[in-house]
Formats: sequence, C-alpha cells, structure tokens
Amino acid sequence: MSTPSPPKRYSPYLQLVLSRVREFYREPEALFWVYGFPLIMVIALGIAFRERRMEKFTIDVETGPAAEATLAALKPDDRLVPAVYDAATCRDRLRTGKTDLIVIGTPPNYVIRFDPTKPENVVARDVVDRRLQQAAGRKDAVTIKDEEAQEPGGRYIDFLVPGLVGMSLMGGGLWGVGFVTVDMRIRKLLKRFLATPMKRSHFLLSIMTSRMLFMIPEVLIVLVFARLAFGVRIFGNSFALLGLIFFGSVMFSGIGLLLASRARTLEAISGLMNLFMLPMWILSGIFFHTERFPVAIQPYLRILPLTPLIHALRGVMLEAAPLSSLAGDLTIMVAWSEGRAVRLGLRRRTSNLLPGFRLFPCATGFASAGTREQLRTFLQRRNWLSLNLQITMNLQITILDND
Amino acid sequence: MTCAIRCHQLTKTYPGRPPVEAVRGIDLEIRAGECFGVLGPNGAGKTTTIEILEGLMPATSGTVEVLGMPWDKADREIRQRIGISLQETRLSEKLTVMETLTLFRSFYRQGPDPAETLARVSLQEKANALLKNLSGGQKQRVALACALVGDPEILFLDEPSTGLDPQSRREVWAIIEEFGRQGRTVLITTHYLEEAERLCNRVAIVDRGRVIACGTPNELIATLGGEHVIEFAVAGDDRGPAVAWDDLPAVTEVRGDHGKYALSVTQPHVALPPLLARVNESGRELTGLAIRHASLDDVFVRLAGRHLEEDSVEGAPQ
Ligand SMILES: Nc1ncnc2c1ncn2[C@@H]1O[C@H](COP(=O)(O)OP(=O)(O)OP(=O)(O)O)[C@@H](O)[C@H]1O
Ligand SMILES: [Mg+2]
Repeated sequence: MSTPSPPKRYSPYLQLVLSRVREFYREPEALFWVYGFPLIMVIALGIAFRERRMEKFTIDVETGPAAEATLAALKPDDRLVPAVYDAATCRDRLRTGKTDLIVIGTPPNYVIRFDPTKPENVVARDVVDRRLQQAAGRKDAVTIKDEEAQEPGGRYIDFLVPGLVGMSLMGGGLWGVGFVTVDMRIRKLLKRFLATPMKRSHFLLSIMTSRMLFMIPEVLIVLVFARLAFGVRIFGNSFALLGLIFFGSVMFSGIGLLLASRARTLEAISGLMNLFMLPMWILSGIFFHTERFPVAIQPYLRILPLTPLIHALRGVMLEAAPLSSLAGDLTIMVAWSEGRAVRLGLRRRTSNLLPGFRLFPCATGFASAGTREQLRTFLQRRNWLSLNLQITMNLQITILDND
Repeated sequence: MTCAIRCHQLTKTYPGRPPVEAVRGIDLEIRAGECFGVLGPNGAGKTTTIEILEGLMPATSGTVEVLGMPWDKADREIRQRIGISLQETRLSEKLTVMETLTLFRSFYRQGPDPAETLARVSLQEKANALLKNLSGGQKQRVALACALVGDPEILFLDEPSTGLDPQSRREVWAIIEEFGRQGRTVLITTHYLEEAERLCNRVAIVDRGRVIACGTPNELIATLGGEHVIEFAVAGDDRGPAVAWDDLPAVTEVRGDHGKYALSVTQPHVALPPLLARVNESGRELTGLAIRHASLDDVFVRLAGRHLEEDSVEGAPQ
C-alpha cells in the first residue's frame, strides 16, 4: 500500500477536464439531450420538408347542370382531385380549408371562388383555368418542356442543417457552461474549489475545453447524418467550417458564463437563458431566412450573436464563401466574445483569469487574417452597429447587475 | 508561541433590510499546534467568522492574518498550506472517491498520494465507489479527506460532524485527533459541546456575533465556581413559600425555576445531605436527582441565559 514512490505530479487543468468529462458521460439524460435532440430535429424536419413537388389540389365543383362535365374536364390532370358538392357544403369546405377552390357555373361562364392570399390556391386556380380552357378547345401556341432542378445545396434541408448546427452550438454553449456553473455554485462546489489554491484560469479553461470536447460529436453527428440521409454536402472549406464552429462554441460558452455570473438559483439561470435564446430561435434564421423580416428590424437581427454565426455557417457550407468575405459576421461574433470577457473583468474574483480567457477570441480573430483590416476600419468608424452592440451589452449587464 | 490564525476587531454586516450584523467585533488568536473550537448556537456567526478567516468572504471591518500573512497579499501561498471543509458542500455525485481526491490533490503542490489520504479516513474499500452511493458519514469523511489532501498546516472545519450519527461522529473525531497529534493546527466550529470538550484545547464561546468567553474548557468551567452540577427536580414547587437553595454549603450558583434546578457546587458530598433535608422540610417531593461534571453548556447558560443545544433539557434526570 505505502511503498515509497516518487511524488506524482497531477495536472489540475487535466484533472478538472477529466472530472467534467466523467460527470458528463455518467449522466445518460444529458447525453440524450445533447446528442439525440439535434438529430431528431434533423430527421423530423428533413422528412417534413422533403419531396413536396407532387402537390395535389382539392377542387370542389358546385352541383349544377354542367357539374359532371366540369368534373370530367378536370379529372385527367393528376394534380387535381375534383368532387361535386352542393353550394352550401362547398362554401363550408372552402372556409375550413378542406378544399382549395370552388368551380361554379356552366360553359362558357365559370366562376372560380378561392382565397388569393394563399399561394397554393392561386396555383390551383391557374391549373383549373388551363384545364377548363383546354377542355373548351384552346390549343397551346408554343410547347414548353419542364426541366427539374433539385440540386443538393439549394434544398430546404441544405438551408436547415447549418441553422441547426448553429442552434445546437448556442444551446450547448449556454446550458453546458452556464447551467453547470450555476449548479456548482449552488452546491457550494465553486466555493470549495476557490478555497483551494486552484488557479481560476484552469477552472474556466477546463469548462471551455470540456465544452469543446462535447461539441465535436454533437456537430459531427448532425453533419454526418445529414450527409448520409439527405445528401447534404459541404461546399466550402472544411477547415473554415471547423474554425467557425469552434468560434461559435467559444462565443456561446462565454455568454453562458456571463449569464451564470449573476444567477443564484437554477430557476434564475434557466429563465435567463431561455429569455436570451427565445428571440434567436425565431429571429436568427434557423428555420427561415432573416430577409423575410421587415427591413427596419434587419440591423437588430444581425447583431444577435446567433445570426452572424448561422449566416457564416451557411456561407461556408452552401456558397463556399471564404472567411474573408464574412468579416461582418466575424466582427459581431468577436464583439460578443470580447464583451463577456470585459464583463468578467469587472468581477473582482475572476479578474486575474482574463489573459487566458481572451486568448480564444483573439486567436480566432487572427485566424481570419483577411478581415483584420476591415475589423480595424470597423472599430475606428464606430458606426451604428458597434453603438447598437454596446447598448445591447450595457443593457444586458444592467439587467444582470440588478438580478 | 507563534500564532497560526489571528483576527482583530472582526465585523461582518450582511446588507439587506434590515442589515444583519452577523459578527460584531471578534478577536481571536489561535496558536500553532492547538485545536481551537468556536462554540455557539445556530446563527451565532460561526460560519461567517470562519469563512472570513478562510479568506472566502470579505469582512466589513477588522484584520485577519493566517500563518502571519494577510489574505490580500498572500492568497495562493496561504491556500497551499491550509485545508478547508465547508459547512455544506455537495461534491460531484458522479465521481468516485478516488477521482474526487485526485482532483483536489492536483490543486496542491505537495501532499501525500490520494490513496494515502484515503487510508487516513479509512475509506480504502470505497475508493472506486461513486459519491452518490456513499452514506452521510462516508461523504463527510471524503470531505475531510479533500481538506487533508494537500498536507495542510492548518485545518479549518465548519461543523464537521453536524447531522451525523454518534458512530460516524466518533470516526470524524478520530481523524481530527490524529491530525492534531502531528502538531498541526485545527480551527473547528461546532454547536456540540461534547465535540468541543473532547477535541479542543481552547474554546471561544460565541453568541450573537460576539465572543462571550474564551479559554480552555477547564478554565471556562472553573468560572462557574464549582466543577460539579447537582440537577434535581421537585414536585409541588408552587406550594408554600419559595425555598432558597443558594445558601446551602458548597453551592456557588443556582439556576432554574418551576421545580427544575441546577446547582453549581464545589463539593457534591458536602452539598447533598443538607439539600435533601431542605427538600423534605419544605414539604416538596424529590422527583429527580443527578450529579454530573459541569460542562460548557453550563457556562453558556450562565452567560447567555439559554442552552447551547436546543434538545438538551436541564434538570431532568431519568
Ligand atoms: N448571506 C447572508 N445574508 C444575510 N444574512 C446572513 C447570510 N449568511 C448568514 N446570515 C445571517 O448571519 C447570522 C450568522 O450566520 P452564520 O451562518 O454565520 O451562523 P452559524 O453560527 O454558522 O449558524 P449555524 O450553526 O446554523 O451554522 C445569521 O443570523 C444568519 O441569518
Ligand atoms: Mg454555520
């Protein structure tokens, strides 16, 4: 038992990372939420938005002398599913959305009743229009041959996967770092660690490191699955993509730490994080393009931390954009990462870990060498964006201070 | 004699409405090599005091020195040389005992092998058990091991045996006593007088943020004027005129009323016969009688007017 051996050296940083990793894989529920959830999202959404071209339109023909003839005229088109109902039923079905439109009348005078605000109803109207015209003897003046274009890279699933990667980086970073830190504080474990000669930088670096370790399979699973099941390809530079994912993860871990710095209960941190994430789920372009929102609010959407990350991920994955063309996105992300570093600097007990901490964002900033010039001009000009960013940060800090 | 820990005019006021004055001017000098106890009831300010001494909480005013150094100048240096167990820490349940100890060991530049520390708290056979599968007493011993793992010169323990069964409590005491035998310093807070009497060379009794008495357990007990206590209970005490007990021979002090009394006496065999005679004369009936050594609780009752441990009952022999 007590054979005299040379004193072993233990690396505190390594031990801290090891404990985090052990705690993580010994928690099966956490494993599911981190790895299973994004996968389920990809599968569910991938299937839901797959193959939508053979759309069928339900057509109601109102009872009348020519109803059967109209029905016969519409039947040959396999996009149409026509049926005859009396006038009241037709209206009811249109109102409740069970049918796309109603055809009323006898040739040569038809009425088509439909809702022009629904795009699919408008399409159905045109198909019915053409069918009825042809049945009445109209001849096509020219011939047109359809050529189908469904290239990988342009489908919804291609659009979705970078969004989901961004979303899981956000969720993982905030929960994996913020929640864990608050939990440690509540258990007085943080205090217990501070009672030892442990270096605070080791502690924070270990939390960051373990987060990076957990993030790798998380992202890989989604990317590999999307590739195998849906043929989602990466068109840009894989290293650039890797860099972006890494940077995004650091940014959100940092924000998670920022949120955790004031929360005293698990409820508080959960609420705070949901409050922080909610706008981004909707507004940062995970599921649809931010350009769909009004132009007036676009600048605000752009400074949310998730928006530039997803935008840059899509740029690299779908458009093979070089990082230098994404300077705007990277600048906002650096600002978010630096912002929380500054915030941590304000805290007395954590101030001395700032050097180790700033390392990440700076390294990533330099990696995108082409952007440095742009970054400098950006910072010198102090345009509306940086101003806005500062206001957002200050607001956030005041909210936290009053917690 | 060198001082291991020294504090002067320590105060701590928690902000709030109203502000809580948890510590109101405490002076302590803990000598190297002694086991010093801070004894006080719930809310006396023990945890607040010890956490200030541990450099985990800023004091509102006053000075603290540990190993001759102030916290703001030598934080890391002091931390390397002390071991701390907080009143309440929930260590990671998903780690094994050995993993936990290795983690804590890694923070210190020197110290025995984790396995050796494990042996000191007699948990070798639990080395690979997850913490969530340990009993309360075993968890407390792991916490102690985490404090011992850096081979500290001073051990700070905040209520190390609170909530444990008597058996586990004795195991914890044995570990602390073993540490003390190596000539190391221990600062321990407790609200168990048995713990203070058994472990501590010197005790400071605190109440409401102040030290109300300080000295060796024997010195403190000596202030009662008698080393023994006769506790007795009489039925029908409200009948007839009140009886004075304090003029009996060898009695130095009387406490209690409503039929339950505790007398501090120098020589029980001198005091007892006249006491029994007086009970008989006054027409009262003796329902309980016990003679015991005076304890720190008697000191606390004399100074603070109430008991240290809520569950102890004065003058109620079986
Ligand atoms: N964070 C805090 N904020 C406000 N008041 C506090 C805080 N911590 C402790 N107190 C108050 O300070 C007083 C002393 O508390 P402390 O924890 O030091 O007592 P204690 O002697 O350790 O008690 P116990 O034996 O129950 O552990 C109590 O009245 C307590 O309510
Ligand atoms: Mg306490």
